[in-house]
Parts: sequence; structure tokens; C-alpha cells
Amino acid sequence: MTARLALIRATAVLTAVLGVNYIAWRWLDSVRWAVWWIAVPLVVAETYSLIDSLLFGLTVWRLRPRGQPPPPPEDATVDVFIATYNEPVDLVMHTARAASQITYPHQTWILDDGNRPELRKQAEAEGIGWIARSPDWIGRPRHAKAGNLNNALLATRGEFLLVLDADQVPEPKILDRTLGYFRDESMAIVQTPQVFTNVPESDPLGCKAPLFYGPIQQGKDGWNAAFFCGSNAVLRRDALMRLGISGYVRAVEAGVNRALRAADAVLAKARSELGPDQARLETALRQLASEIARARSELRHGGALAEVTYQFQRRAEVIARQLVEEDVAGLAADLLAIEELTTSARHEPGGLSMLDDTALRKLAQRDWSPLGAVESVRTLLSAIDVDRADEAQALMPLATISVTEDMATCMRLHATGWKTAYHHETLVLGLAPDDLASMLTQRLRWAQGTMQVMFQENPLLAKGLTIPQRLMYWATMWSYLSGFATVVYLAAPVIYLFTGIIPVRAFSGAFFIRLIPFLIVNQLLFFVVGRGMRTWRGQQYSLTLFPVWINAVTSAFNSVYNGRSLAFVVTPKARPGHAGRPWRLVKYQLIAAALLTAGMVSGIIRAAAGYAATTTTIINLIWALFDLLILSVIIPAVRYPGYQPAKDNEQ
Amino acid sequence: MMEFPTRTLDNGVQVIRPVQRLNMVAAPRLSAAVESLITAGHARIVIDLSGIEFIDSSGLGALVSCLKKARQAGGDLRISGPTAHVQTILKLTNLDRVLQPVPTAEIAAAAF
Repeated sequence: MTARLALIRATAVLTAVLGVNYIAWRWLDSVRWAVWWIAVPLVVAETYSLIDSLLFGLTVWRLRPRGQPPPPPEDATVDVFIATYNEPVDLVMHTARAASQITYPHQTWILDDGNRPELRKQAEAEGIGWIARSPDWIGRPRHAKAGNLNNALLATRGEFLLVLDADQVPEPKILDRTLGYFRDESMAIVQTPQVFTNVPESDPLGCKAPLFYGPIQQGKDGWNAAFFCGSNAVLRRDALMRLGISGYVRAVEAGVNRALRAADAVLAKARSELGPDQARLETALRQLASEIARARSELRHGGALAEVTYQFQRRAEVIARQLVEEDVAGLAADLLAIEELTTSARHEPGGLSMLDDTALRKLAQRDWSPLGAVESVRTLLSAIDVDRADEAQALMPLATISVTEDMATCMRLHATGWKTAYHHETLVLGLAPDDLASMLTQRLRWAQGTMQVMFQENPLLAKGLTIPQRLMYWATMWSYLSGFATVVYLAAPVIYLFTGIIPVRAFSGAFFIRLIPFLIVNQLLFFVVGRGMRTWRGQQYSLTLFPVWINAVTSAFNSVYNGRSLAFVVTPKARPGHAGRPWRLVKYQLIAAALLTAGMVSGIIRAAAGYAATTTTIINLIWALFDLLILSVIIPAVRYPGYQPAKDNEQ
Repeated sequence: MMEFPTRTLDNGVQVIRPVQRLNMVAAPRLSAAVESLITAGHARIVIDLSGIEFIDSSGLGALVSCLKKARQAGGDLRISGPTAHVQTILKLTNLDRVLQPVPTAEIAAAAF
């Protein structure tokens, strides 16, 4: 163990001991139950923060700097994917050219979800591959970037893939520095940092993530839980394809079982809704119900899914075939009657007599089957099959359950025993969002995606993960719940300064002697872990963006449980400064700041008039001032005119 | 319940336009609608198929039975504007040799 790691561990233990001591005392001995409506939220928020801190301590416990990578294999085949949707053609081409310059032999592909002829032309002129969605995707869920990558996975064949976002420009040596890790046969992903060239030193939008792309990822790596972050990572195709196959089997099994379970109700309802003129269909649906019962029993007795569904589909076709033959017989009879009526012989007679078996079979097949006349039955029929007709591809290697496909995919890989690595070397230079609106949209998307995974495949419950891996995923999810705690931290001093109500028994010596040491060692832990790097901006934003975090939790909850789409914030494209400053984007923060300021005025007046104790008022004034200091980050953020390299150099 | 918008062209031809799916559920309703037109004395009918996304054997049966009824009443029935799917199935069954589709209802009506 290095001296640094020993120091980190010592500080982490100290933080944990002091933190648990403080929170235990808070719960047992200092909650002012009479004002439970603020006292309980506050102690819960503090407990939340302690758990956050404990999870951070656990994360850095096995901090693992990887050092020099092993040499790359000699004969690996690699595809470089540049995922784009609507970024400017020039920007995509700039990245693609840099990707072509990567020294290790590879093929560069532009994955153009915007299907732009101009981009295709330019790419092909320079010998760069261009891939758009196959026609299979028409009319089916597109699954955003995950869908784009899944489409490309089936169109290419390299053993490894380097995934890059359109604005992430790779260094020529990137593959030489990362492929070596795949000498370990169980290595699935190697992630490298995201570093931005368009962020000034002051980082007004908090885009730099030195703690995450550093100690946090290295810490997760120590527990074999380094995260895949969607770009700047190399992936092993085989690992993804296996994930796709197991995902396919699971989805098909679940889908067929669900359909078979629901089938009786669906058919009964369909029959009850048929009119009196639908006797034939009624009989057919009755027959179908008995075939479904048969399929169910076959599966129960160990029949293979593919075989049972195949036989079921054939028998459904037999039922449909009867209907078709009746229809055709009636049709032929009608035609005969028409012929007898017609003297002019304008039409060529006897067309239907030529109807062969192929045509009859086709008319009875699922796509054209008369059984599909009832919408719910049509859906049912297609669900009792193994072709995953509702998706463009049977195999979806990149997880599609979340708008952040990276985290969900990575977790599934870890759950099936794969390894990942975090290689801490800048090998890609990218662009960060450089206006407030885009930054907020991006953070919202990350948070929403993380919450979607939390609700659907909670790492604490998922099979196959080690306990530390569960906690590493949980730590990230937990940190996105901070919005609720922040509201309490903002409200508590405001409530006191206006009303004199305090949520704790007393802001006494006993209180501070427990709290202050904890706060100090907690900051010390950040300092030791970050080796003095600036983490203040990140801390400011994690609190200041509380409306974003709360929005993410509620919208992801609604998307998972109520089937509502994630209402994305529409990003205004105009640069701030041109059309006024975007103050409305931070209205909740402004309201909070106004309440804190008004509270401070009120608190001073109340103390001066003798309504409030001076010491307690001062403590709450400091607390409010600290909250304001945190929130103050919105001012440079709103005023930020975007990155201006020239001006930056002058300074 | 599927409704069938109907309009009358200048020369008195009735144009009926079913939409979406002409299947086992909708077919009897189309037959009934055409029959009531015929009963009301309109035996020259165009079925405008431009809004039909899907047709099955029952739908085809309904088209032919409507043709029969129109002929029996001394009129005729034409079809117009079939979508790609409908054309495929007409061809597959050779029905296009009996009911030759034309691009629009107006062209179909002009030939009466």
C-alpha cells in the first residue's frame, strides 16, 4: 500500500467514525420533535449526506492508479465509432480525420443517426466508413445513441470498438495505450478520461470533473467497477454480443410468458367486443384460445421456447387458413355470379381460380392473417414468438432501458463477470457544453438516465454483482438524490431567520463539538483524495443544481412507472448574451437566493429587536451566507458568453 | 366503430373511403355501407382505397361481394388509389384482373 493510499484510508475511517458519531447523536439526542416538519427532514438530509460521504470513502478505499498499460496485442481488429446525430458536418469530419490518424490499424466509421447525404459524401471521399440506421428501424423504437451503436455493431466486425462522441477528438496513440488491457480475456471495457479544450480555468459551468475522471473512477476501478461513460472508451465486441444474446433470451422468455399469461383475458375481451356479424371470427378466437392453452402446457412441461412458439404460430396459421379459405370460396362464388351477370366481358374472368397454395399460405401468415382483425389479438400473436418483432434487431447489446445506455450496459457486463478498467491518461480532447442551457440539459439527461437504471435494474438487487460493485453503482445513484437534501439545507436557516424555529434542541457546544470535526475531516478527505485539486466548483454545482436533480428523479420515475416520456428541456440554440441572459433557467436558485437574503435581513432585525437569540441568529446567518456562497455560482454561469479562446489568452 | 366518409361526384357516382384496416372486423361494415348506398338507388360506386393500410382475405371478399351487389343492381363498382400493400395483395390473388385499380376516384368515376 502506498503512503497516499494509507493516508486516504486513515482519513476515510476518521470521517466515518466522526460522521456516524454525529448522526447517531443527532437522531438520539438532538432532534426537536415538537417541530418535526423541519426537524425530521433536516436530520434525514444530514443522514443522506453522511451516507454519501461513507460511500465516497468506500470508493476511494481501493484507489487504483493503473500506471503504464500493457503493450497492445499485435493483430487485433478495431472499429472506431464516431456517434453523431445533429452535430455540424465539419465538426464530425474533424473528429473523423483525427480518428483516421490513429496509429494502430483500424477502420473508422461515422455512425450518422441524422442520415445526412452531405456527411456521407465527405466521409466516403476520404475513405471513412459511414453507417446509418438499417431499414429495420423504420417504425420501431430508435433507442437514441444505444440504438445507433447497436445498429453499427451488426454492420461491422472488429474485435474491439473505440466509441467516440462527435466532439471528442482522439490522439493517434489512443489504441496503443488502451488495447493492451484486453490481453486479459475477461476485460470488457477500458475507459479513458473526458477532458475539454473549451473550458476556461474558472470553469463557470462546472464541466470539468477532476474528481470523477480521477480518484472516483480509479476508486471504482479498485473494486472492478470502473464505469463506462459513453465516449472515449474501448469495448470488446464479444462481451457486448454475449450481453446482447443473453438479453435477447431474457426478453423473449419474459415477453412470451407475459403474453401467454395475458392471452386468456385478451381473447375473452376481444370476443366480448365482437358484433353479432362476427360469428366466424368468434369461433376462430375460441380455437386460438385452446391453442394458447396448449402452448402454455407445452412450455410448462419443458418444451423449448423456439419450438413451442413455432408450433403455436403454425397452428394459428391453420386457424387463419380456414378463415382465408372460407373468404376465398365466398369470393370465388361471388365472382362466378358476377361473370353470369356480365355480358360485356370487360373483365378477364376466372382470375381467382388460379389462386395457388403459396398465395393462400401467405394470406394466412401472421402479417396478413384475418385473426389480426382485432388489434389486441394481433399484438398477442406477434408477442408469442421469438423474433422480437417489436424491436429493430433481436440483439440489443447496448442496453436500451435508459437514456444513459453506458451505465446500464456496464452494470450488466459487471453482473455477468466481465472486468472493466479505467486508464487515467488524456487520450481524447473534447468539447464541453458552453452555455448554461446546454449544460443543464446534459446534466438532466445524465441524472435521468441514472435514475432510470436505479428504478429498473437496481444494483442493490441485481444478480451477479459483488457487494462492493453494488455499492459503487449505488454511490453514483445516491449522489443524484441530493436535490431533496439541498432543499432542506436551504430552507432550515430561512425558517429560523423568519420565525425563530430551530430544528435542533440547541445550537450548543455539544452540537458543534460533534459537527465541526466531521465537516473538517470530510473536506480533508476530498483534499487528500484530490491532492489539492479544485473540487469547490463541483461541490457548488452538486448543491446548486438541486432543481435539475429533483426534476430528474420525478421525470425518470414517471417514465419508468407511468410510461410518460422524459420531457427533455428544449435547449435554446441562441447563445446567451444575444437574446438576453437566461435567468429563467435558474429561477428556483434565484428564488432560494432571494429568500435567504430576505431571511438574513429579517434575522438581523429580529435579533436587534430582541426576538431572537444573538448566537443562534449568527449561526443561522453564517449558514444562510454559506448557502448564498454556494448558489453564487449561477451568476458567472448565466453571464458566461461561451468560450472565447482569444480573450482567454489575453488574460 | 369505423365510419366510411362518402361523397358524391358530379356525375352522381358515389365515392366511399374506408381508412386504416380493411379486415375481418371492418369488412362486414363496408359491405353494409355499400349495400345501403345501393338500396338508396346509388349503384355506381367507387371504393377509394387510398386510406387503407392493410387488407386481409375478408377485406378482399368484401370488395368482391360489393362488386357483385352493384352489378346485380345494374351498376358497377371500381376501386381507386390502392396503397403499396393493397396492390401487393391484389396482385398476389390475381384480383387485380377483376378489380383493376386506377389512381384516383375521379378517374374511376369518369369511366362509368
